[in-house]
Amino acid sequence: MSGLIEFSLDKRSGVATYMQIVQQVEQAMRLGRLGPGDRLPTAAEVVGRLAINPNTVLRAYRELESRGLVEPRPGLGTFVQRSLGRPRDPALERGLVSWVREARAAGLGPEDIRALVESALSGGLTEEATA
Amino acid sequence: MNQDFVAGDVHPSSVPALEVTNAGLRYGRTWALRGCFASVPQGRVAALVGPNGAGKSSLMRLAVGLRRADEGDVRVFGRPPRGANLPRVAFVAQDKPLYPELTVAETIRAGAGLNPRFDTPGARKRLDDLGIPQAKKVRQLSGGQRAQVAITLAVAKRADLIVLDEPLANLDPLARHEVMEGLMSAVAERGLTVLLSSHVVAELAEVCDHLILVSQGRVQVAGDIEELVSEHRLLVGPSGTAPAGTYDVVGSSETERQTTLLARVRGPIHDPRWTARELSLEDMVLGYLRTPDAVLAPRPVAL
Repeated sequence: MSGLIEFSLDKRSGVATYMQIVQQVEQAMRLGRLGPGDRLPTAAEVVGRLAINPNTVLRAYRELESRGLVEPRPGLGTFVQRSLGRPRDPALERGLVSWVREARAAGLGPEDIRALVESALSGGLTEEATA
Repeated sequence: MNQDFVAGDVHPSSVPALEVTNAGLRYGRTWALRGCFASVPQGRVAALVGPNGAGKSSLMRLAVGLRRADEGDVRVFGRPPRGANLPRVAFVAQDKPLYPELTVAETIRAGAGLNPRFDTPGARKRLDDLGIPQAKKVRQLSGGQRAQVAITLAVAKRADLIVLDEPLANLDPLARHEVMEGLMSAVAERGLTVLLSSHVVAELAEVCDHLILVSQGRVQVAGDIEELVSEHRLLVGPSGTAPAGTYDVVGSSETERQTTLLARVRGPIHDPRWTARELSLEDMVLGYLRTPDAVLAPRPVAL
């Protein structure tokens, strides 16, 4: 039996391997691909695909446990404990898709778009400043 | 469903899987190893790294009981690797010595005949999972498949410590990845301890969590990789000076204007003229390999 999600590693990211696993689980939970009661892949399943040390997987799962996101059940596996996903908002998503299309049409690349979103999130872009 | 090791129950015992204390090994009058210290906790995947001829194979021979130390002490799970303790250790030699004319199935039967605790169904299942045809003769297999068969025998022996001499040598990149996947799955499923030798450090970073670095018959440095990497720094400062602080110098180089030190630091470096840069595992290992005389291995604690 294989897990509901598969991990992938970016060896050039500079992010520790266990933290990449933590982030991918959180990301899957935010996007609703993992929800309460779902079982994470076992350490054996993960290392059988990624050729990494199983202790790295266990460390990631311990970190997720300490964040209150997952719960180990001895002999059964590690299970997602709560939901990070928000109910989907189609109007909001449509707005974003059309905004991204406009940004591309205006000649912005992915990095420019990310920088703009980051700036807006951190308060660097306000409606007054852009008015 | 595979058995999952959940947080907390991976290291059931505090006895090291391998403990080498002041060990020496002699071939004739020549010491291949002398004054070696290393301790590998259970459940770890330890890398044995060093140049050719440094003593890696000798250390492995001591660990698996093929040789007895001429001085000092070698223990596996708290006892010498002899007699009743020997089934707990498996050795996969570099040339993966299998009988080329036997089929894979016959090889498994031979393994079962030679090892009292041999797990024949487990071995067959593992080979099936790996897609290795058991009717084929060993000589018809690829290098990667032969490595998988050798590792399968070691796992099926139900050994708790598996020692592998250059398991990835002569394998193509895909086979290397598959062999490591197979080995790491066995570690996850059985909670094994692994000691593997290699001289390709880049491949070990994701797999190994413990390091034993040998050079010229000595253990230069040994320990948890994350701890070791976090303790080592590249210190750069004005030439002819040394930074204030507590540290051991592994190696140094000097130009007209600046001094560069590879150091194991034991506290903060309080010296505004010096900068301390963190190192990758590979840089740290290279630093030691460049200065084979530097020995910073742990010394025994007086009891």
